[in-house]
Amino acid sequence: MVLRNFRFWAIEGFEKTLTVGKFLCFFHLSSSYLSTSAMAIGPSMIPTIDLTGNFVLVERISTHLGKVGSGDLVLLRSPENPRKLVIKRIIGMEGDTVTYLVKPYENYESRTIVVPKGRVWVEGDNKYNSHDSRNFGAVPYGLVEGRLFWRVKMHFFHPALSSTDTCITFFSVKTFSN
Amino acid sequence: MSARNLLWDAAKKCFAIGLIGITVRDRYVSIAAVRGASMSPSLNPLVDEASSSRRSISDDYVFVEKFCLEKYRFSHGDVVIFTSPTDHKERHIKRIIGLPGDWVGISHIDDVIRVPEGHCWVEGDNLASSFDSRSLGPIPLGLVRGRVTHVVWPPSRIGRVERKIGHQSVHSY
Repeated sequence: MVLRNFRFWAIEGFEKTLTVGKFLCFFHLSSSYLSTSAMAIGPSMIPTIDLTGNFVLVERISTHLGKVGSGDLVLLRSPENPRKLVIKRIIGMEGDTVTYLVKPYENYESRTIVVPKGRVWVEGDNKYNSHDSRNFGAVPYGLVEGRLFWRVKMHFFHPALSSTDTCITFFSVKTFSN
Repeated sequence: MSARNLLWDAAKKCFAIGLIGITVRDRYVSIAAVRGASMSPSLNPLVDEASSSRRSISDDYVFVEKFCLEKYRFSHGDVVIFTSPTDHKERHIKRIIGLPGDWVGISHIDDVIRVPEGHCWVEGDNLASSFDSRSLGPIPLGLVRGRVTHVVWPPSRIGRVERKIGHQSVHSY
């Protein structure tokens, strides 16, 4: 009698664990093949992504199909630290000729290169404060993780500016145009 | 009516197995086929050493673990699978010779090169026919997709893939 109870609960536990496992697998699949999210921090993409920190959505379908192109904002794994993800804009795909300013805060010296096969040239929008392909060279396409397509920008009303109103938070949703 | 139920049940089971299988393959372990003889004699050994075109009947299949991708911590002599920097659809299997900060000697141009941060230097065991870091340059560690630990097919070659510290002098400072 006790054995039958135990067997019943064991089967119940196994099925519930399986359901949770299937849900986690589905979450993993949608996160790696459909879309995932990221928090964008840092000054290298000003004015597109500002310093107040933006929550962005990244889609992976374009990268898997190879349909990413110049002008897209992408999430990529940094070539200098595989555990770091960075957001940059693609300036040139393989075969494109890219001209860039080497040290924009010092002089007007520019360099022109052709992007090698299988790589992309990425730069941050804030040319004065961005560590990108001008420093680490063209990035292999295998490091590109996803393309940004949605941004949630958060505005905060500073309490000191309006003493009578309560703190109001607005969310504005903006899509990225190419 | 009950036949349709059976079909629906079978479909649900297939879907669940597929889901779990794909997740496990992406995150934990997987099996990969080895093509080419660039890792001979560890993988796909050449039957006839004299002519590099004669190979054994079937390709080796290896067991790949992806737990190393959590912290991207590799050791010298690890055999890894990585996406090719020149074509993101291709994958190569080679051995890690140098880790970030190491100085690696390139014999054919008599030069030493420092492996940059976040990169690794890979070479095949069969240096005569291996397309590796000697032509591609250092590989970013972000391209590594897993580490090869065992050979699982053919049955006569089942066993661990050993970590071999190579022939070259590699200094880390």
